[in-house]
This record gives sequence, C-alpha cells and structure tokens, in this order.
Amino acid sequence: MGQMIKVGMADLKVCKYPDNLTTIGLGSCIGIAMYDPTTKVTGLAHIMLPDSTAIRNNSNIAKFADTGITELLNQMVKAGASKARIVAKIAGGAKMFEMAGGNSAAINVGERNAMASKAKLKELGIRLLAEDTGLNYGRTVEIYSEDGSFLVKSVGKPEKKI
Amino acid sequence: MSEMSFDEINEKYYDVLKEIGNIGAGNATTAIANMLNLKMNMSVPNVELMPVEKIGSAIGSEEQIVVGIMLGVETDIDGSMMYLMDLPSAHHLVNRLMMRDPDYDADFDEMDMSALKEIGNIISSAYLSALSGLTNLTITPTVPYISIDMAAAILSVPAIQFGMVGDKALLINTEMGDGMDISGYFILMPEGDSYEKILSALGMPV
Repeated sequence: MGQMIKVGMADLKVCKYPDNLTTIGLGSCIGIAMYDPTTKVTGLAHIMLPDSTAIRNNSNIAKFADTGITELLNQMVKAGASKARIVAKIAGGAKMFEMAGGNSAAINVGERNAMASKAKLKELGIRLLAEDTGLNYGRTVEIYSEDGSFLVKSVGKPEKKI
Repeated sequence: MSEMSFDEINEKYYDVLKEIGNIGAGNATTAIANMLNLKMNMSVPNVELMPVEKIGSAIGSEEQIVVGIMLGVETDIDGSMMYLMDLPSAHHLVNRLMMRDPDYDADFDEMDMSALKEIGNIISSAYLSALSGLTNLTITPTVPYISIDMAAAILSVPAIQFGMVGDKALLINTEMGDGMDISGYFILMPEGDSYEKILSALGMPV
C-alpha cells in the first residue's frame, strides 16, 4: 500500500503508483481526479471557483477550474502520463445551504463549478468517465492509482465508488 | 473609494473588526442567556485573519461534523453571515431549549432543526444589531438556513465567498459558558463595497 497524500483546498497534486490522493470535505468546491491507466500517473485538483478570468485576484491557479485543470494536466504529462490516455472523474459542487437565489453570486457556485470543470475537460479533450456532483451534502474523495477508482464518502450515506 | 484590496482592508482594520466582533459576540451571548434563562459567561473573542485555503480546518478537523447556520444580510450592506458550532454545543443548546435531559444526543429531528435555526437566528441577529448600532447602518437579516455536515464542506461556502475578492477570511471565535462550554464561530461575509461602508460609518478613512 502506498501513501494517501492529502490535497488541500485550492490545491493540486500528482502522484504515481502505489501512492493515492485524497481531498477532504468538498462542499461547493469540485474535486477533479485525472488518471492515466497505463503509467498509473494520478492527479487530483480541489478547485473553488469556476473562472479565473472573472476575478482580479487570480494568482493561485489551483483555485480555479480553468487554470487548475490545465495545470494538473501539464504536471501529469511532465510526470510521464500521456494526454491521449488521461481520463477524468469529478465530485463535489454541492449547494450546502438552500438559500433562495438573487442574494449572492456565491449561492449557485457549486453548479457553476461543475459546469466549468466539465467544459474545461471537454475543451482539452479529456474524457469524463463519471461524476457525483450537486445535491446538498459534503463529500470526501479518494483516487486510487492502482485502477483509477474514485471513492466518494459523505456523512450518513454509504460510500460510493465511481 | 480607494484601491485598497479586501486583504489590505482586513489587515489595516483588524483591530476595528475585532472590536465589532467583540461587541457583537457579547450581544449574542446575552440574547442566548435571556432565551434560556441562565447566566452565561463569554470569553474574549479570538479574531483570526486566515488564508482561505486554511479555513476548512480552522475550527478543528476537516471531517468533524458541525452545525452551520447561514443567513443573508440586506438593506444598507449586502452579504451573508454564518454561525457555526460543534455538535456537542448544538445538542446542549437544543436540549436546554426543549427542556430535555442534558445528555440526550440522538440525531436532530425536524423540531430540533427548527430550534437550531432559531438559535442561529437569535445569535446572528444579536451580532448584527451590535454592528448596526455601532455603524448606524440598517442591517436586516434574511431567514436562516441550516446545514449539518463536514466542517470543510460547510466552510467551503465562506471560503468561496472570500475567495472571490481576496485570499483571506476573517473568523471570530467565541466561547460562551454555563458550566458546559459552547464554542461558536461567526463569519461575516460582506459583498461589494459593504466593508467600506461599515468602515466609513465608523469614521475610518478607507
């Protein structure tokens, strides 16, 4: 068994077999797991916001779906993965509080994060194999480098493998 | 308006924001003590300015289950505020309110959830009324919403809100006590120029 390496909020990491990656307590944020089944190069990003171009303060590229996914892909390719083989799975993007809209741009940010992540993956030609997004609860995710399986854990719900 | 960033404002007016936190938390404690008809002490609030990436683990373990109550803030300033407490504190307050055995800790039912919302509402409104009194601004809270989940997931909401304007978030921790300590956190999330409005109303040059 390799190590379970933790990815923080607005952070991304790449590892190789036998190490695995996890990020804890995704709320409206999205965990984007990417995997090359041949080299077993594995990556995980924990993004907070959909679009770096909409925000002035955008120096942390791992904070945004657009720049975060591009950077994760680059780092994986540098670690030996082939872009053509990389596949993705995503989770998160919940609406933690059922607040009525209008009040704030942040209310539907989970949904916008999911949409932006999918759009970026599509633009880069990375196949999205599975997703577990939306609804109203937090998720902890683990990506295993052995076979690319993606485990989603939530409070009071059975574990889900996607 | 100045060109100061949100982070710079936070740093420059840390003491002012801390004082607002202090008075607000004092008000909130009095409100809860009155509601439950008991004597309560409050510790001096601890105000922390922290990087948004760290906020998920700010109040303990990221996977610890916490109760988050969130409400919108309207009228003269816009934004939202959140009150967070750990599960033992939430059970303690609900048991007090429902006049139950203090050790009762079964999962919250619908009645308990609405009691918790009300507690969050009272605490937050007391906090906001302190802010309103200090600034002479009219601040109206909207109905509260509740979520019981992993701390990091609930805190992703303020993290994102602060993340849109800067890299730091302001967290106010207070402890109230009546034998059993109730530990809670306030997070005020002003939007747009609301921070400037608060500070100018206090006579601070922004």
